[in-house]
Amino acid sequence: MNKSRRSFLKVAGFSAFALTSGMAALSGVAQAQIAPGKYERAANALHAKRWAMVIDTRQFTGPEDYKPLIDACHSFHNVPQIPGNQDIKWFWLDSYAHVFPDDMNAHLNKHSRESMYPLLCNQCTNPPCVRVCPTQATYKMEDGIVAMDYHRCIGCRFCMAGCPYGARSFNFKDPRKFLSNPVPNPEYPTRMIGVVEKCTFCAERLAVGKLPACVEAANGKILFGDLEDPNSTVRQALAANYSIRRKPSLGTQPGVYYLI
Amino acid sequence: MLEKLLDGPKTFYMWLIFLLVLIAGCGLVYLDQLQNGLSVTGLSRDVSWGLYISQFTYFVGVAASAVMLVLPTYFHHYKKFKRMIIFGEFMAVAAVVMCALFIVVDLGQPQRMLNVMLHPSPNSVMFYDMMVLIGYLGLNIIIGWVTLEAERHEIDPPKWIKPLIYISILWAFSIHTVTAFLYAGIPGRHYWLTAIMAARFLSSAFCSGPAILLLLMMVLRRLTGFEPGKEAVKTLTTIIVYAMCINVFFYLLEIFTAFYSGIPGHEEPIHFLFFGHEGHLPWVSYWMWGAVIMAFASLALLIPPKLRENPCLLPIALIMLVLASWIDKGLGLLVAGFTPNMFEAFTPYMPSAKEIAVALGVYGVGALVLSLLWRIALGVKMEVNHMHDD
Ligand code: SF4
Ligand code: SF4
Ligand code: SF4
Repeated sequence: MNKSRRSFLKVAGFSAFALTSGMAALSGVAQAQIAPGKYERAANALHAKRWAMVIDTRQFTGPEDYKPLIDACHSFHNVPQIPGNQDIKWFWLDSYAHVFPDDMNAHLNKHSRESMYPLLCNQCTNPPCVRVCPTQATYKMEDGIVAMDYHRCIGCRFCMAGCPYGARSFNFKDPRKFLSNPVPNPEYPTRMIGVVEKCTFCAERLAVGKLPACVEAANGKILFGDLEDPNSTVRQALAANYSIRRKPSLGTQPGVYYLI
Repeated sequence: MLEKLLDGPKTFYMWLIFLLVLIAGCGLVYLDQLQNGLSVTGLSRDVSWGLYISQFTYFVGVAASAVMLVLPTYFHHYKKFKRMIIFGEFMAVAAVVMCALFIVVDLGQPQRMLNVMLHPSPNSVMFYDMMVLIGYLGLNIIIGWVTLEAERHEIDPPKWIKPLIYISILWAFSIHTVTAFLYAGIPGRHYWLTAIMAARFLSSAFCSGPAILLLLMMVLRRLTGFEPGKEAVKTLTTIIVYAMCINVFFYLLEIFTAFYSGIPGHEEPIHFLFFGHEGHLPWVSYWMWGAVIMAFASLALLIPPKLRENPCLLPIALIMLVLASWIDKGLGLLVAGFTPNMFEAFTPYMPSAKEIAVALGVYGVGALVLSLLWRIALGVKMEVNHMHDD
């Protein structure tokens, strides 16, 4: 998309947003927190043209270093722990060979080869999951986040077949049965059986001025910022370090970068 | 014409009752799936589509294959198919009904099904697939019914049906092409990312669909004495042979591309299908080798005209052909698309007993629709005495 069209969309999006929130305020109706492209953003909301994440894997020594991050994400979003291969994953770890399968270098240094790497939805710029979704239950927001409307999802799982990163999980079972009572975070909605879910880049936290839960728990080892702003921390980190992304040849343009 | 359903023989009603019992039984399993979600299937996070979607894919092909009768009849004025054509069209109707049901039973939230129409997403192939299938169903019901009604009154079908028939020919190609695009257009699934997918789908549909029709016609001849016509059977068999040769050829093209290029992503799914992983043969490998043997054996029986015209060998060859194409498209396509998975790791998939039961139930509905429609068609043929060659 060229610059002018993007700015036009921004203006258009902003006016639409102002209009809807204004009307909501007038009619006194509390807007649903999650609606397609219409996050109710607080005054202190964080904004970006294109959100991106840079994970400095060099600063993590082992899987246990990632555990607080996983816990932060999964407890904030009420992600259940389901045994077996019908499980739900938003943020998880896997080996180098599985995370970067097209980067097959048998003589990679021992540390890189043997480390575990964190995985989450890449929030792709050209997301195949959005392309294939027949109901627009998966859609892209103007800040680059690929979001989901659980209430619209019909559970066809086309997006799972379409996502080349295995970033999506399907609720084969009722997820609520696998959560404690009360749920870890009563503020965040739990999902129902038969719908797909994934990492949201914490759009709901950005809307109230907070960084993503995993970024917060990482204490600076994960950077989060605007990819289109040359002064942002993510851009500076990418300019100063060698970084890789998962399966770049597929053209999806992942928004998650790894410093190796 | 519905009254034709009332004067069937007793065995016909027993068959219907058997089907209804089967459907009810399998329906209970589906209720269990509704309660407990798709957790009752053998699917997993890594293999998100399975038996249901592959059966959907297979039967879209069966539906599209009706065109192999319609096209020669209306484009080339090949009269010999006229007597059989209604059975092909009604088989297409039953097949599309099954396709729709396979999609429904595959959904995690079936009650939201209409969202596809309420919030259409023009970038999603699934949206178009749904549209073309509904259109094809309508076309075949209208064309079948109107031509049958005309046959009953022994008059020519009305003029306005002609354009619909021509549209239905193009439409048949479109339904299977669009279904192929469900697979061919997504990155990261090496086995599916091939431009020849639509062509492969069509070639396999045009051999297996008519083969199923021919087998069913043989059963019908046994049961009722309806004679589809020697010439017609011969021509249809020839069509089947050509389509099967092309089908096998296309598959060999895939194998050449994958293995000569040596690109691991392209090799691995095919390697997995036939040789498994780390010396471990998965169940699907046995099926795939069975399919290879049956495919070549059916060709060996079908290519020489002498053998193909032998009334005992023909059904055997056709059964092998149908099984081979079913394994390739109804099992292998899905399994190899998902294994190795996105992480180049191996998550095995095998349909669960409940999954198979639900699929059987859908087959039951298909058989029921087919039986009813064919009974009506047969009743008309009997009434106007179109049971034999004149
Ligand atoms: S990683 Fe997968 S789920 Fe996330 S945006 Fe990309 S294609 Fe969609
Ligand atoms: S499972 Fe839901 S989100 Fe995924 S493609 Fe289907 S409707 Fe869209
Ligand atoms: S960005 Fe948010 S949703 Fe995504 S992995 Fe991190 S904490 Fe979880």
